[in-house]
Formats: sequence, C-alpha cells, structure tokens
Amino acid sequence: MSTVALKEEDSHTHDHHHKESFVSKYIFSMDHKMISKQFLITGIIMGVIGMGMSMLFRLQLAWPDEQFGILEMLLGKWAVDGKLDPNFYMGLVTIHGTIMVFYVLTAGLSGTFSNLLIPLQVGARDMASPFLNMLSYWFFFLSSVVLLSSVFVETGPASAGWTVYPPLSALEKAVPGSGLGMTLWLVAIALFIVSALFGGINYISTVLNMRTKGMSMNRMPLTIWAFLFTAILGVLSFPVLLGASLFLIFDRSFGTSFYLSDIYLDGIGALENVGGSPVLYQHLFWFLGHPEVYIILLPALGITSEVISTNARKPIFGYSAMVISLASISFLSFIVWGHHMFITGMNPFLGSVFMILTLIIAVPSAVKAFNYLATLWRGNLRLTPAMLFSIGLVSFFISGGLTGIYLGNAALDIQMHDSYFVVAHFHLVMGSAAIFGMMAGIYHWFPRMYGRMMNDTLGYFHFWITFITAYLVFFPMHFMGLAGVPRRYYQFTLMEDFSIWGDVNKLITVASLVGGFAQILFLYNFFNSIFRGKKSAQNPWQSNTLEWTSPIEVRLHGNWPKELPTVYRGPYEYSRPDRVEDFFPQHIKDEGFPEILITTESKVAPKKVVLEEPSNVFFTAIKRIFGLSR
Amino acid sequence: MSNHTTTQAEFQDKPMWSGGRSPFDVSYGKLMMWIFLLSDAFTFSCLLVQYGAQRFSNVITPITSNWPNPASIFNHFPFLHGLHLPLLFVSVMTFILILSSVTMVLAVEAGHRNSKKEVEKFMIYTILGGFAFLGCQAWEWYTFIHEGARLYGNTFGITEQGYAHMNSLSFGDHFEWKNGDRTVGPVPFAALFFIVTGFHGFHVFSGVVINVIIYIMTVRGVFERRGHYEMIEKTGLYWHFVDLVWVFVFTFFYLI
Repeated sequence: MSTVALKEEDSHTHDHHHKESFVSKYIFSMDHKMISKQFLITGIIMGVIGMGMSMLFRLQLAWPDEQFGILEMLLGKWAVDGKLDPNFYMGLVTIHGTIMVFYVLTAGLSGTFSNLLIPLQVGARDMASPFLNMLSYWFFFLSSVVLLSSVFVETGPASAGWTVYPPLSALEKAVPGSGLGMTLWLVAIALFIVSALFGGINYISTVLNMRTKGMSMNRMPLTIWAFLFTAILGVLSFPVLLGASLFLIFDRSFGTSFYLSDIYLDGIGALENVGGSPVLYQHLFWFLGHPEVYIILLPALGITSEVISTNARKPIFGYSAMVISLASISFLSFIVWGHHMFITGMNPFLGSVFMILTLIIAVPSAVKAFNYLATLWRGNLRLTPAMLFSIGLVSFFISGGLTGIYLGNAALDIQMHDSYFVVAHFHLVMGSAAIFGMMAGIYHWFPRMYGRMMNDTLGYFHFWITFITAYLVFFPMHFMGLAGVPRRYYQFTLMEDFSIWGDVNKLITVASLVGGFAQILFLYNFFNSIFRGKKSAQNPWQSNTLEWTSPIEVRLHGNWPKELPTVYRGPYEYSRPDRVEDFFPQHIKDEGFPEILITTESKVAPKKVVLEEPSNVFFTAIKRIFGLSR
Repeated sequence: MSNHTTTQAEFQDKPMWSGGRSPFDVSYGKLMMWIFLLSDAFTFSCLLVQYGAQRFSNVITPITSNWPNPASIFNHFPFLHGLHLPLLFVSVMTFILILSSVTMVLAVEAGHRNSKKEVEKFMIYTILGGFAFLGCQAWEWYTFIHEGARLYGNTFGITEQGYAHMNSLSFGDHFEWKNGDRTVGPVPFAALFFIVTGFHGFHVFSGVVINVIIYIMTVRGVFERRGHYEMIEKTGLYWHFVDLVWVFVFTFFYLI
C-alpha cells in the first residue's frame, strides 16, 4: 500500500497534499479509509476474543463435571482444577455480550463500513470532519483497552449480564464482579458512547452535506441510507445510556440510591438509603438497548442490499420500499423498548401498547425480506463468497425474525422470557445475521480496502462451515427455551429437569467449537490476502457505485485524483436492456445509445415479440408491478 | 474543506437535495453542532425523565406528594439573611443567563457585520454573564449543602400542615410527622438536584471555556483573516442551547 503524491497540476483539487509520516499514515490517520481499516482490525480482534469467551463457557455448559487442564493453564485461578469458576462464568457471559454487541457489531461493523463507504459512495473527499473521525476511533480503542483490562482485575470483570441491571451493578458488594470490574465496564461504555457520538455526528453531516453533484437522496446506495439511519439511531439513543450510567456511577460510588430500593444482603439492609427503582434503569437502558439492536442490524441489511443487487445483476427490488422500511424500523425502534420488560411488573396496558408497536416492526422487516427474495428471483446470480454471506443473512433474518413475533407477544413472554428461546432468537436475527452482513461486507469490499482479492475457495469453506454450525448452535436452543431452560445458568446437571438437555448442550458446544475454529480460515484468508492476495481489478464486481471509480491501486487521501465524479442515475441499474454491459455505473453520462446495439449484441434481451392477449393485460400489469415480467 | 465552498456557490441554484451542495445551506460544522445539540437534548431528557419518574413515584394521593416545596427551600438571598424570599435568587440567576444569551446574539450579529470590535465587546459580556451564573450556582449549592442537603439523604420534606392535609385525604394510610418542621422527605430529592443542575453547570462551564477560546481567537484576528465569524455562530448555538436547557431545569426543579 503506498501513498502517491499527486501531480502538481492536480493539487488544487486536493486538500490534503502533505507528506505522511508513519504515525500520521497508520496510527493517527485522518484518512477515512485508514480509519475504517483500524476499526475493522480492532473489531476482528475483539470478535476473536468475544468468540473465544463464548467457546469457554460453552465447554462448561456441555461438560460441567469434566476437568479441562487447558482451562487452568489459560485462566489460572478462574479455573482451579480445570473447572470454570461460577463467578468467572458470569463474567465471561457478560463480557462476551458486551464485546459482541458494542465492540464488534456496533463499532466493528458500522464503524468500518460507514467510514469506508460513506465518503466513497456519496462522492466526498473525506468525512465532514476527519479530525473528529480520528478521535472517534481512538476513543473506541481506549474503550476497548479499558474493557479488556477489566478481565484482569482481581475480583473479575463485570458479571451482571451485558445489560448490567442494578442491583448487581449498583451495589459493590453484590457479587465479586460488581466491584472494580463493573466500574471499568461503565468507564469503557462512557468512552464508547463518546466514540459513537463523534462517529455518528460525522456520518450524518457527511451524508447530508457532502454528496457530490447529482447524488440526490434517491440516488444514494441503500448502504448509505442504512448508515444514515444507523447514525441517527446512535446519536439519539446513546446519550440516554450515558445519562443512565451517570446515575449508576453515582449510585455505586457516591451513595445515592436512584436505582436501589429495599435490598437485603445477608439478612441486613444493604443500604441506609432506599427509594430508588431498579426498573427505571431498565427503562432507560432499553431506550438505548432496543435502537442498539437496529444499530447492529441496519448496516448489515444495507450491505446486503448492495451485495445482493450487484451479484444478482438486477436492480434492487423496491428501492423506495427499502428506504421507507429502513425509516420506519428506525422510528419504531424508539418506541418498543418495553418489550424487553414485559415481566418487570409493568402495567399490562402499557405492555399491550408495546406489544402492538413491536409486532408492527414485523411489517417493514417482512418488506425487506421479501424485497431481497424478489431481487434474487430470476437474477443472474454470481455466487461470490460475499453473495453467499448475504443470502445467509437473509436466511437468518427470516428464521430469527419469525421467533421475534413470538417474543414480542406479552403473554407468551411469561413463558419464554430469560430462557434459551431468547438466546436463540437474538443470536440468529441480530448476532448471526449481522456477523454475516459484516462478512459479506468484508469479502465484497476487501478489494476496495486493500487493492487485492480474497481467496474464494477459502471463502466458500468459511461460509458453509459457519452457516451450518450457526444453525446447529442456535436452532436447538429454541427447543430448550420452550421447555423452560433459563439462560445464564452455570450448570444444568444440578437440576434434574434440565439435565435431560445434556446431549443437546454437547451438540451445541461441538458445533460452536467447529464454527469457532472455522473462523481461522477467515483470519488466514484475510491477513494473508492483505499481503499476498491476487491484485484486484479496478471494479472487480462490475458494480455501479462510486467507490469503484476511485483508484484502488494506491491509497489516495482525497479519494479522486482529479474532480469529484458527477452522478447521473441511481446505483442499481443492472442489466438494462439498452446497454451492452449488464451494469451502468452512476458516474457515466447516458449518451443515448443508438438502436444498432440492440441488433448486434446477443447479450441484450430480445424485444418482446409475443403480443399480449387482451384478456391477459391485467395479469401482465400485475406481473410487471411485482417485477416478474421480463 | 475549501473546495466545498466553491462547489456550494456553483450549485446554489440546484434543487436543495440534488447533491453537490448543502441542502440547508449550512457548513458541515454548523450542521454537526445542530446534531450534537439534538443528541445532548436527549441526554438532558434522560436526566429529566429520571427526575420525573422519581418524583411521581412519591405521589401519595392524586393531588398530594411528599416532595418538598422548592419555594420554601430556595428562599435565600446573599446578604439578606433571615428573609423569606422564595425563588428570588434563582430568578436573578436565570435573568443573568438569559441576558448573556442576548449579548451572544449581539455578538453573532456583530460577526455578520465583520465588526471585530463589537464582537469582542459582546463576547466579553457573554463570558462575564457565564461566570456570574456559575458563581451564583456555587452560592446556591453552598447554601443548599449548608442546610443539610446531601447526595445520600434528604432532610427536606413537607410541613406539619402538609402531613395533616395528606392524612385527611389518604385512604387508610397514616403518615407520621416528626422532626421539627422538616421531616425525612424523598431520598433522591437533593441528589437529583445536584446531578441535574451539576450536569447543566458543567455545560455552562464548558461553554464559558469555549467562549474564552473564541474570544482569544477573535482578539488575535483569526476570524478577521478567515473573512467570516461563523465560529461565533456555532458557539452561539451551543450557548443558546445551554440557556434553553436551563429554562427546563428551572421549571422542573424550582417552579413545579
């Protein structure tokens, strides 16, 4: 990767004509492309750590009575005699959730691809404020360091679950993990919120203000729409978590009792002061927590729209429906947080309001799922690894989304809350789907990031192993959950009713180990291809969007050597009958190709010769509306 | 980025959202400030929702609560000991803050006319207003703490008459009145006051620091060389926002 100084005559269009030292190029870089790589690689490292933690506690769940020498070697006093410590088990669950939700799927996904794609796809030279963008990464980095350091404190990391409900998070003496580990968790999240805020403000203003000539809002790729809504969600919901954690910090350290009511520890009142309400924290947390689900999911859906349309060589089905569904999902996500709290003693009337609103989300979600299927329908599919991962996302989105309709139901929630059904639901629809979206993005835009291609064969192996094991891990959990097996329990063999699930637990753990180790294929492929991958063509996927018009051979701070490209049409004009090629990049002016092309080229779809029977006109119109007629 | 100002001028006649120009005709910096303020508004909303929730949880009968009456607590004025002057001091504070917002408007207006002298003058007034407000808040906190307000407890409550009234209205419960004319009221009363006004005060403090920086930049002629005083506008947005938040804090904590 080399940075080439621009020729003198071009420098007037180039704001960042400066010599870069190692530090300003790789560390404190203000180039959005480099920052996106920093986000991605930090996200991958955090992902490996988070996944490794899940494999450790899966071992415990499958073989609770076995002793694994390797655990003692790895974890020391947290796994005396090779058996995981119960407190550390809770810590692992908590930190796994935190890492995956915030550090991998928020920063790693949205941070990477918003940074990479927003300026490139809207045709801007960089983010609105490159400096804030750099700060955004470094706050995220600092936050990751603080969170990881909490694993090494004596009393262990935070262990109140990733939602850190009080009183476990508010009383320092509640469990060992409520001590210093919890404080560090809160500090890490505060830093993370600052990072998300800087990033989000930047993304929104770049999309609104810095689109190139002709890039009107309805010509923006759906990725950009998704990143825009994601950033809006983040900017509006993260501050509420900031407020909630401010109160929580005061409860922990300064003796207030906002979230503490009458609590007893060892038979005596744990606090001199009462009068708070732990449920209030849950309300404030889930006001962030639910939009957070969509902060995770929307970028993955945006990436999928782009990848599926490009690789099906078809316009995305229902562009405006996609945008409207993104908008309505974003809006609804702010008013459904109560469905996480149906059984907290909430007024049943309020529960039914939240239930109705929650179920309405199924409508825009179904619009998206059907639009993906309709885009694939009769497309000229190119099954690249990115395409496979996108189709995998659609699969997870449907199978996980359907259980969301169960869980959104306040009455059913009495049985299913806090059970493995919930775990199965959100790991499929938000965990696996978003990870698959991220993988699709990595495989698709790797050439754009590093100028080289990833290995397809390894990609196929990676996809199939991950896809199958993900279903093997999460599908059986539905049955466990329906039978009432609670989540976050340390050892099921102690309870007779749950011990019958031992074999299922073993299956899940084996699948998770296989799936986990399969990621080595990806890691090898990723890091090997950075240095030794096949050199990529300028536009390897024959895509329409602007990022492929900026030179990928060299890393150019400013993205385009000369003028910014001008946009003439929407991003999804694939397989136009009047074109020789099956794609029509956004920046190429339509010169009005003459009729002769239609007669000479075989690629062009033949003109319809069969006249429709008058009686069929209605059905033809219906078919056209749904895009089924060629 | 310099090239964006040129493209903006070039495409001003284009439709608003067609690209190549800002749809709102604002620079990215001002847009970012608006988005930040929107986000900050949610932070304050969170704090005020917390306040509202805890206050409503202390409602005992539909029209009575044991929440202390602010007018009987914040009734002090410097150098006027022993007089009952309900909410007079906080009104003065509010007036000072609103006045500093007015001088900020004048500074922005002077910036539009590129009048460096006047910008300097009005920025100084604004900074003084900010410091005066912070000073008043320090005195307010000092007095409040002096009277026994703590993060971990509350010595303020309603009076004997209030309890009698409550007992006459309540359905079966009997509320004991004790401890002179004050009883142990709802625990989070003082803590909420400290956190919310403290968080607002922190915003005012940051605003004053930013204003001082902007003032120094004005004096050194940075904006004169730049040709426009947009920085003053952005700071002004923040300052007005802080002022607006105070109106809400004032309403919730003092008036109702």
